[in-house]
Amino acid sequence: MYAQMVKTEAKRVRSLDEMEPQERAFQERIDAGQKIEPKEWMPEDYRKTLIRQISQHAHSEIVGQLPEGNWITRAPTLERKAILLAKVQDEAGHGLYLYCAAETLGISRDQMYEQLHSGKAKYSSIFNYPTLSWADIGAIGWLVDGAAIMNQVPLQRCSYGPYARAMVRICKEESFHQRQGFDIMTVLCKGTPEQKAMAQDALDRWWWPSLMMFGPSDDASVHSAQSMAWNIKQDSNDELRQKFVDQTVPQAKFLGLTVPDPALAWNEAKGGHDFGEPDWTEFFAVIAGEGPCNRERLEARRKAWGDGAWFRDGLTAHASKQAARRQAAKLAAE
Amino acid sequence: MSALGLSPAIAEFALRMGDSCLILGHRNSEWCGHAPALEEDIALANTALDLIGQTQLWLELACEAEGKGRTSDQLAFLRDVSGYRNLLLVEQPNGDFGRTVMRQYLFDAWHLPLLKALMNSTDKRIAAIAEKAAKEVAYHLERSADLVVRLGDGTAESHARMQAAVDFLWPYTGEMFLADALDEELVASGLAPEPGSHKAAWQEHVTRTFADATLKAPEKSFAQKGGRRGVHSEHLGFILAEMQFLQRAYPGARW
Repeated sequence: MYAQMVKTEAKRVRSLDEMEPQERAFQERIDAGQKIEPKEWMPEDYRKTLIRQISQHAHSEIVGQLPEGNWITRAPTLERKAILLAKVQDEAGHGLYLYCAAETLGISRDQMYEQLHSGKAKYSSIFNYPTLSWADIGAIGWLVDGAAIMNQVPLQRCSYGPYARAMVRICKEESFHQRQGFDIMTVLCKGTPEQKAMAQDALDRWWWPSLMMFGPSDDASVHSAQSMAWNIKQDSNDELRQKFVDQTVPQAKFLGLTVPDPALAWNEAKGGHDFGEPDWTEFFAVIAGEGPCNRERLEARRKAWGDGAWFRDGLTAHASKQAARRQAAKLAAE
Repeated sequence: MSALGLSPAIAEFALRMGDSCLILGHRNSEWCGHAPALEEDIALANTALDLIGQTQLWLELACEAEGKGRTSDQLAFLRDVSGYRNLLLVEQPNGDFGRTVMRQYLFDAWHLPLLKALMNSTDKRIAAIAEKAAKEVAYHLERSADLVVRLGDGTAESHARMQAAVDFLWPYTGEMFLADALDEELVASGLAPEPGSHKAAWQEHVTRTFADATLKAPEKSFAQKGGRRGVHSEHLGFILAEMQFLQRAYPGARW
């Protein structure tokens, strides 16, 4: 999940009877499964919450280029290099659709960047972990994209039209990424003992951070309840985590890898796995900027933006010159 | 050329083409996540992806024409600096984004007319690769030329950076048009054009683009050369050390 712990302004979720007519009509449309479009009336808190959620998702795509980009120049074959380039390009593209979707809510991309660079806006905790071996590229595709899909598939039906439509395209590409990641892991696990060890090491390091992507239990969270009432969140964090574990454990078994959780066991009665609790102290530390790579990631983004100022200014200046020339030519012709 | 398609000349020529694509693709991919605008991240990755795809085609042809049973990955990941045949231009460090754009432009303006001429090669495999690549490269050239113009004729700073990029890279352009014994052999059998034969097209494109960009080509310059016979700048060794790391560290492993 690329959006974690998105806050609303809600103190509690209000019933239809407590709403003013305009908001009530809005809520009734959502309850009827209708889409809300950019020009339509929406409660201010719905707008703000969506901006937070969509921009956090977009920032995650953009920052997510860094840990994977780290291995493009070291990819082991031409084909793997091409696939990884295509994946990272897709992710930058996802960032672009998502920024565009957020812009329909009345915020500019530059403003969103500013919020990212100042640390005000967050991105997914997962991208603050380092990619130390080629197997990490496999693990990211398999686990991280796998976890992202869990949350993004239902978002294709969310109430905000531009977000739902962006998600349709994103989901198609994400499932391709997940298959590619799993394929990298499969080849490593069938390879030399060193390659197999590389794959196990990657699973050991990425398993818990992947479970943390869903965020802590939100059963008691008023923010989650409000987001669910607005249909911009469909499942609880625990439900998604359970689904992810149940889907992933058999895949690890197929690969011949051991999931690093001694508490992991099949529970026949609930028809799912029991599993251990992620280290939430670590999670909150990473969210607060104390993860292994937070500083590098943010610094890389700030530097890219700062170093690129002359480039963007140059393009803007050229566009103004061209407009002035066209205007002058038009006047001369008259 | 033998009935099996074996030809040392074609193999060597395919290495020259493929290696330039590979090394430029590598350099472009170093920008991933660090470009000055999201659209540029996407465009650079896309260009790099095209170039890596072209690399695969050229290096597969090199393997086939060489007939020693090597694969394109073995060529890419197990040759040392002296075995590489790329132009010196493409291995130059990225510098600022202006230098990266200018390097791409100077390369594209050479690459496209060459590919168009190669579409008439007497070797069907060369002609087919050239035809596929030319479609992609036509777009690369359109984009890089457009950026050169917009940045050259942008702000004083963007102009100065683009002019500095021209001045720095210019000495690496002369090599593109120099012929050696292999070229003579390729020309004689109609496999590839004489390297100097598309200099006029390149020159014309550059003159027009630079005029729009308010940039000047250096009046006096010299040509750095050696890439095509395996004598490179110091930079290529570091590119290969990074690119070949896994294949070197885990010999014989499949990925």
